[in-house]
Amino acid sequence: MNWRGIFAVVRKDLKVVVRSPIILLPMIILPLILQVAMPIGLGVAFNLAAEAASDEADDISEFLEVIPEEVLTTLETAGEEGTILILFLVYLFAPLYLIVPLMVSSVIAADSFVGERERKTLEALLYSPLTDMELLIAKMMTAWVAAMVVSVGSFLIYAVAVNVIAWPYMGRIFFPNATWLLLVFWVAPGVAALGLAATVLISSRVETFQEAYQFGGVIVLPVVALMLGQIGGLLFFGPVLVSLLGIFAWGLSVILLLIGYDSFSRDTLFAKM
Amino acid sequence: MGSSAITLENLTRRFDDLVAVDHLTFDIGEGEVFGLLGHNGAGKTTTVRLLSGVLSPDDGSARVLGLDPQKNGADLRRRIGVLTETPSIDERLSARENLTIFADLFGIPSDDVTPRIDALLERFELLERAAEKTSEYSKGMKQRLALARTLLHEPDLIFLDEPTAGLDPIAARDVRDMIRRLSGDEGRTIVMATHNLAEAQRLCHRVAVLEHGRLLALGTLRELNERLGGALRFTLELDPTTCETAQQTLRAMDGATFELERPDTLTVTGVPRAHIPEMITALAGAGVRLYRVEPQEASLEELYFALHATEERR
Repeated sequence: MNWRGIFAVVRKDLKVVVRSPIILLPMIILPLILQVAMPIGLGVAFNLAAEAASDEADDISEFLEVIPEEVLTTLETAGEEGTILILFLVYLFAPLYLIVPLMVSSVIAADSFVGERERKTLEALLYSPLTDMELLIAKMMTAWVAAMVVSVGSFLIYAVAVNVIAWPYMGRIFFPNATWLLLVFWVAPGVAALGLAATVLISSRVETFQEAYQFGGVIVLPVVALMLGQIGGLLFFGPVLVSLLGIFAWGLSVILLLIGYDSFSRDTLFAKM
Repeated sequence: MGSSAITLENLTRRFDDLVAVDHLTFDIGEGEVFGLLGHNGAGKTTTVRLLSGVLSPDDGSARVLGLDPQKNGADLRRRIGVLTETPSIDERLSARENLTIFADLFGIPSDDVTPRIDALLERFELLERAAEKTSEYSKGMKQRLALARTLLHEPDLIFLDEPTAGLDPIAARDVRDMIRRLSGDEGRTIVMATHNLAEAQRLCHRVAVLEHGRLLALGTLRELNERLGGALRFTLELDPTTCETAQQTLRAMDGATFELERPDTLTVTGVPRAHIPEMITALAGAGVRLYRVEPQEASLEELYFALHATEERR
């Protein structure tokens, strides 16, 4: 394996990402909205509307009915309003976190696979001694590593934000819990792999970076569905469900990569040039 | 020219219903400057891609530097340099960054990377702006940088797709000098895919003319000329008082045609090269006083269009 060549491509692609506002800005803005602005906004809203929330105690009770008993036990000290706030921050927002690795990996993969072809810089790379497999590994590594750096970084910021917002209710550092640790270190890497595998698969079917980029907007829909499922009480993001979700994400990404690998052969790529 | 650097044997590639390269068979010698000529879509670039191992043939085979491009693609690409039709330069990186990536890709020893890049940047007059993003470069500068990248790993065989496209006349002349040096002094084999017939005429030892993926003609200028009937064109300068006699003598020769340019000058065509001595003897024998016989070999451009015209008539 030509690791020196692989790392050369990874370094190049990461440099290009850092120097491209159209790629870099969504990678900064999205985590800031999801992991900082939304929890802070929610915390402020809960504090301001504490009285109104108590008027809707019946609705809250209905919502609490779908929450597992062991979760509620851990939140005993938070009171009813604190419990709702923390349930939002820790459980209902959990699926939203998965948008970060999914979007970052698919956007970078779109630039790396489709954008490079569109800019006509791929051709010189294809004449290099890297094999198809080495080139694919290099391209995937770029997208996956960047997605994980952004995801773990945004998780750390989110952990601080959640503990600060919930401090008046909990009075202690309680986050992250087991579900989130699984989410960050098992599911998010799988989801990042899924995002880039899906992009590899569609890369041979689209012509421009914009088309591939728009595809990134479509693949977050299952994540939104997960969140709606939680709100509707159909499922609950506990350790078991999160573990199964990770298995599903990794499994599906492997299948998509196997299907997409053919579309990344030099022969297929050059046939499209 | 030594042994073959490249051998094609019925090499064929189709894209759906289109036959892009159609049973090409020829050799290219080591150290040769070889031209692939043809219109857009003639199959020049596809041939280069097949010989570089980045496209697979549907039929036939090729050997390049003793390797099978399909089975030993990575090893082969280590020994060849390809200048693509578009410079394929990453504009968000500097010239030095662009070259450094390819130094790593081609496994150039770490200690050699900086001196080799500096030398190439200097040779192509890019050293002063090496740290600048290449988006700021002119088209000619990008082309020079692409050439530097092509030569970075000192390849034995170089494919050049329109090497002087976008270059100003001085830069184009420098590139032509460089091609002569790479071939003549350093013994590298060079395959040029080009529309620029004047350039091919100046540089190439032999050319292959492609049309719809097929080999229309192959050889040196002289060989191509002979293939088209060997009809050399030449000028006869003679004593005007013997011009009428000269015309009568030429009329008696099979295939010869002539035009009277001036009272003392005839332009003759249709006489095969091998028959020129006999023609001169016949003219002299008839009493024509000849001052000058100047062959005017057809230019590659004339041959090229003659070949296409012949093909179209078929």
